[in-house]
Amino acid sequence: MTAVTYGVAAWLLVIGIYGVVTSRHLVHLVVCLGVAQASTYVLLLGVGYRVGATAPIYSTTVHPGDPVVDPVVQALTLTDVVVQATVTAVLLALTIQAHKRFGTADPDELAALRG
Amino acid sequence: MSRRARTLLAVAALAGLALVLAVALHGLPGVGDPHGPNARSVPVVLAKERHAANAVNGVTYDLRATDTLGEELILFVAALGAAVLLRAGRGEQGGGDTEDDTPPTSGALRVVGAVLVGPVLVLGGYVVTHGHLTPGGGFQGGVILAAALLLVYAAGQLVALERVRPIDLVEAVEATGALAFALVALGGLIFSGALLANFLATGTLGELLSAGTIPVLSVATGIEVTAALTLILSELLDQTLVGGRG
Repeated sequence: MTAVTYGVAAWLLVIGIYGVVTSRHLVHLVVCLGVAQASTYVLLLGVGYRVGATAPIYSTTVHPGDPVVDPVVQALTLTDVVVQATVTAVLLALTIQAHKRFGTADPDELAALRG
Repeated sequence: MSRRARTLLAVAALAGLALVLAVALHGLPGVGDPHGPNARSVPVVLAKERHAANAVNGVTYDLRATDTLGEELILFVAALGAAVLLRAGRGEQGGGDTEDDTPPTSGALRVVGAVLVGPVLVLGGYVVTHGHLTPGGGFQGGVILAAALLLVYAAGQLVALERVRPIDLVEAVEATGALAFALVALGGLIFSGALLANFLATGTLGELLSAGTIPVLSVATGIEVTAALTLILSELLDQTLVGGRG
């Protein structure tokens, strides 16, 4: 369980960065960045998980004192997701502008241009 | 640097990173048994002192509310930034490649899209307003509400789309959501002596009108997120649909 969770988190980060480095298209690059960032969600939720616990939401069946998973890391994950959404939006806007201006979305060709 | 050399360098560097990660993660406590006191004490404290049934939202809008204020402003600025970026090039290359080669929207998609708009709006409103009781909250509900816009688009009603998202209004609503959050934050400073401190009655645990400022902040966030996403999506759709109107 521990090895799988942390292994998935590390794998997502490594494969996401590999995708960013070898990307041939800016949209692909933005998606790869999202994959790399997804590793933080897995890590955070893994850190807060408790065996046999429920969601940290009290109701008629779950009462204060019952075992629940850590709500702090879940809130951190929420922040993380929001930040990723905003970063993706701005990067995609930049991609559109780069494509409009230079007629290409290949990072290598963009690096060869001056402008 | 050639692509091949760069890939080789990246593989070597990432192998090193993987090694460091393995060592670092080895030192973390095992999954399933968090050592810190958060999992045990935070939900109980939030339920007892704030009457917030959903501890995740309790953390988001109370314990870490200052962070959430910053997060809201990040979203606000990012939405404006994306809009400004996308508008900058509008009309530069004046719709040279806007010939309509997209296949016509199928009748089934139109009907399903149109039928789902209402229920999705209701669901989004529910998720926003019940964030302190059930899974959800301002961010999640706001995304659902903005998804209704995409359904309108999927239904192929471009004319209707123009009508449901007057950009000026969306921008004003976005600012209103951010402002409401900031005002509640200042309200805490004025009435309770600390930024974002609760100054409303906390009611009974599990009831709709409970948890003090948490549902208020949740609704403010929901408004802001809906408008921010609507703004971003509209600007992106404008690029593809209209090819950069003037």
